[in-house]
Amino acid sequence: MEGEVRVIEHATCTFCGCVCDDIDLTVEGNRITKAKNACVLGKAWFFEYPTAESRPEAMIGGSPSTVGEGIEEAARILTSARYPVVYGLSDTTVEAQRVAVEIADLIGGCLDTTTSVCHGPSGIAFQGVGEATCSLGEIKNRADMVIFWGGNPAESHPRHFTKYSVMPKGMFVPNGRKDRYVVLVDVRKTPSARAADLFIQVKPRKDFELLWALRALVKGIEVDHGIEAETGVSLATLRALVERMKRAKFGVFLFGMGLSMTRGKHYNAAAILALARDLNQYTRFVAKPMRGHGNVTGADNVVAWATGYPFGVSFGRGYPRFNPGEFTTVDLLARGEADAALIISADPVANFPQSAIEHLKRIPTIVLDPQASETAKIARVAFTTAIYGINVAGTVYRMDDVPIRLRPALSSRYPSDEEVLKGIARRVRELRREALSA
Amino acid sequence: MKAVSSQVFILIPGRTTEQGTSVGDKASPEYRSVTRLLRMNPEDMARLGLTDGAQVRLRNAQGEIVVSCVSAKDELPPGVLFIAYGPESSKLMGGETHGTGMPDSKGIEVELTVAGGSPGRE
Repeated sequence: MEGEVRVIEHATCTFCGCVCDDIDLTVEGNRITKAKNACVLGKAWFFEYPTAESRPEAMIGGSPSTVGEGIEEAARILTSARYPVVYGLSDTTVEAQRVAVEIADLIGGCLDTTTSVCHGPSGIAFQGVGEATCSLGEIKNRADMVIFWGGNPAESHPRHFTKYSVMPKGMFVPNGRKDRYVVLVDVRKTPSARAADLFIQVKPRKDFELLWALRALVKGIEVDHGIEAETGVSLATLRALVERMKRAKFGVFLFGMGLSMTRGKHYNAAAILALARDLNQYTRFVAKPMRGHGNVTGADNVVAWATGYPFGVSFGRGYPRFNPGEFTTVDLLARGEADAALIISADPVANFPQSAIEHLKRIPTIVLDPQASETAKIARVAFTTAIYGINVAGTVYRMDDVPIRLRPALSSRYPSDEEVLKGIARRVRELRREALSA
Repeated sequence: MKAVSSQVFILIPGRTTEQGTSVGDKASPEYRSVTRLLRMNPEDMARLGLTDGAQVRLRNAQGEIVVSCVSAKDELPPGVLFIAYGPESSKLMGGETHGTGMPDSKGIEVELTVAGGSPGRE
């Protein structure tokens, strides 16, 4: 109601993978006016969400339609496609993600998430090396050595330092910052360097070489002084770092897309996972990827528990198969293979390579998004959906795989992703039954 | 470094605070502006006679963009460029993923030339 002031305590921010669930939102009328505890990114998320409710609930070919008509057209496109792809899913609830998996299964399509262009290579590396892991709570309470590698949390995850990894006092680090030794390894001396005791500037695209040299030193294998010319980091610096890592009681690597997006990709991620694993011969060490979108970790979990694989899955043979490079969306589009796409809460037209975008513009697409994204603008069927966390309740996974409930502050006239996807799934099932009985 | 003398640079697209706070509305002037600002090592800028706000053209086999440059102060070593993720950085990204699903999205080789004329040509 106009003028009414409400406070929603312990609301959850879904902007980044920190998924902070200690936000107190003040709602005046139909606007969020305060977001206590939120960072600069969280405030932008809560204050600047799309408010114009004038956008149609659905559009077909650019003309307004009902949600029912949109669902009918979407189901028709998906059931008549020979090689469709279901993509996105990192900014929606677990409840919506599981329906998307069902649709991909029903239509025998490919299922891929934004993980494939984020920490997908780290997902490949997990399968090869394994993961010495922990929760963010363990980092807060135990970590006395924290090494950020190829990431800039000061700008991408602003509360990570204060809530979990650098500043907080914990059970075994009672003096907080004073009890931790913090290292940043990166090509750029980013604002995160100010939070570190030691900044190590590695040459571009030399992370793998640096990590492999550290693995050797941990194992007591001699490393040539030439490592400095190769990586930009002196052998003395590396030796001192290894000594410190072995002395730590609980060490953690928190690695960003500087590893997964740079040449070497899954090899880079595998190298840091292997280094953490090796260090467990001497002390406790873990490695965690810093995940970006609010529920990209949920997408990995849902797709993994439903299909056995985290992303890049094909149901084309009636059972799930995993093959990054073949069933991942950039490849399916850049090679001109997919003949229809269902895209949920992602904007590939704004961030994919041009060859992939060009193909996406040629095929029929169904897009679910709260706003008129670049991808929604080219969609054959575009649904305007309610915003998860602000309008929609449900579950999301924090970057450490901890599921957290959402506490929405505002109602919306638009349906949720889950509701639209359930409508599409229902209609796809009906059309398949009709085709079988015909 | 050989890369610098031949004016081939390594471009690192990434997140920034300003990109993160404006990404909710990609049509906004803020988002367009922050994703069209290239950070450069000051020595490289001096060598090429560039000052803050100058227009440079980045080109590789995938495409070409014209953006404004600004000194990165001590953030970047010579030969390395930074730009916030966005539609401009994507134009320089290829569709080859080397079997991973992930295109080369950081550490992209680009040729830099000083651009005259008006900014933001598309």
